[in-house]
Amino acid sequence: MEKIEVKICAGTACFVMGAPQIQALEFSAPEDIADRIEIVEVRCMNHCNKGSGYNKGPFVEVNGELIEEATMEKVVAKIRELIAKEDEENC
Amino acid sequence: MLIPKNYANQMRTRILVKVVESFYKNRFETADEIPIDLRPKDYDSSRCCIYKDRAVLKYRLMAAMGFTPNEETNEAMSLREYGKEALKRQNHAKSCLSVIDIACSACVKSQYMVTDACRGCFARPCVMNCPKQAISFVNGRSHIDPDLCVSCGKCMEVCPYHAIVKLPVPCEEACPVSAIKKDENGVEHIDEEACISCGKCLQSCPFGAIVERSQLVDVLNLIHNSDKKVVAMLAPAIVGQFPFELNQVVGALKKLGFDDVVEVAAGADITSTNEAAEFVERMEAGAQFMTTSCCPAYYRATKVHVPEIQPFVSHTKTPMYYTAEMLKKEQPDCISVFVGPCLAKRNEAEYDPNVDYVLTFEEIGAMFVGAKVEIADCEPMEFAKVSSAQGRKYPLSGGVAGAVGHLVEGKVDYRPERIDGLTKENIKLLKKYATKGCEANMIEVMCCEGGCIAGPGCISLAKKATKQVESYVEKGQNQKDMK
Ligand code: SF4
Ligand code: SF4
Ligand code: FES
Repeated sequence: MEKIEVKICAGTACFVMGAPQIQALEFSAPEDIADRIEIVEVRCMNHCNKGSGYNKGPFVEVNGELIEEATMEKVVAKIRELIAKEDEENC
Repeated sequence: MLIPKNYANQMRTRILVKVVESFYKNRFETADEIPIDLRPKDYDSSRCCIYKDRAVLKYRLMAAMGFTPNEETNEAMSLREYGKEALKRQNHAKSCLSVIDIACSACVKSQYMVTDACRGCFARPCVMNCPKQAISFVNGRSHIDPDLCVSCGKCMEVCPYHAIVKLPVPCEEACPVSAIKKDENGVEHIDEEACISCGKCLQSCPFGAIVERSQLVDVLNLIHNSDKKVVAMLAPAIVGQFPFELNQVVGALKKLGFDDVVEVAAGADITSTNEAAEFVERMEAGAQFMTTSCCPAYYRATKVHVPEIQPFVSHTKTPMYYTAEMLKKEQPDCISVFVGPCLAKRNEAEYDPNVDYVLTFEEIGAMFVGAKVEIADCEPMEFAKVSSAQGRKYPLSGGVAGAVGHLVEGKVDYRPERIDGLTKENIKLLKKYATKGCEANMIEVMCCEGGCIAGPGCISLAKKATKQVESYVEKGQNQKDMK
């Protein structure tokens, strides 16, 4: 099964705005999603450079879907949604 | 345990970023828009409504500009005016933590609550065991009168159905020295005399009600509106705070406008040398044990809360002290800014004439964001002085004791113990050591669990940062082998 790609931006703006709190997924992801995700740390994805876009950070992309003002909660919810979709297609 | 920062703490970073942004944009001309920017009309409110959110934000912004909410004399004073006031300030205000009264939700007064699991039993051990007669029976169930309850917990212990639960008050729970307490309205207050500025309450409050005066605006102002040389002194915990090479962080600080950047780990090497010599001297004189002194929160706690341990506390100064001393010798006219993970350092700096300002990593981070400095794009730059492996390990629990051990090896018997995190229990333990003695002869005390790498001003997850510090330590030379 393909893993869900969780791209966490670790550019300066996103990192300061709270990306580390989402990096906690590396150590303590909820059991139901732990084996199904692959965490990728990336450099600035340029979402922050549009105007004062950094205020909308941290940015995370889950299988290419952009999450603004990302929090652990939002990211986990998105991952669960994608897992549910996948499982439905597979049965 | 891994506890990511709560949302209220993340909000603090956003607030700092907004203050920096407003400084650069127009020197706070439009600062009154910030609460609205952060809580626009269609936004979900986190309190009763966005208007209260905005009102609380105003106080939090004031703190970020260097004013405590409880020194407000004129409610009509706008953020723009506070900003202008901050720019006029010659010396920063004394550091201090305080509670925003309208933001404090006045968490439960009585810490014990009877739940639906109460069977209204015949034995009623709760009623019987309550020393204050605070428990009565209402509608066939046990009920605690919050005005009489003294939160002793006896009722919870004796209920056979586990029907009584403890409701913690997060800030009181977190404070190692019981410096934060409720007033008659249930709102928390910090006793300045008792407070050791550890920042644990501030980190724990889920409402973001506890704030601390920042010196951010003062430093920005000096960098941009004065011809003084401003020098950043980077605490060793910096390694791992940003996911980039340390040399690039140095470059980024220069880009922000700091004229020079020095490494506090170099000062840590002096602390180790002096502390090792002091240790040998004390042991030879027959002392039972010695404790470290470089954590200012612990140091202050020994003064106010554990006076019996004072004879055992090392007299060696902190890495910040030696670094600032060297710096001011070389450049007497510069402005020195300590940048670290620590809130208690602000307090230490007040007694140190060589340290002019103290910022946290979070505040520096906010400066990068608000000034649009991307660290990855900055020129890597070197520190002037090279630190040893041992100096680099100071921010980890066990680092200081390890550095001293490295230097006294083979000279005297060395039995170190760490107190990793100051808690109510550990304060009791220290008292016991002071009066009854202990097995170890060197005790390292760090107020923050895990060491400074987990300090309240940090950005990174302690777990990730620890790894980065460890790899930086490996690249360093042993202090003994250095000249
Ligand atoms: S000692 Fe620490 S936890 Fe207690 S009030 Fe002061 S800063 Fe808060
Ligand atoms: S452990 Fe470090 S960061 Fe925490 S209070 Fe002590 S010196 Fe400050
Ligand atoms: S730093 Fe994350 S998008 Fe630029």
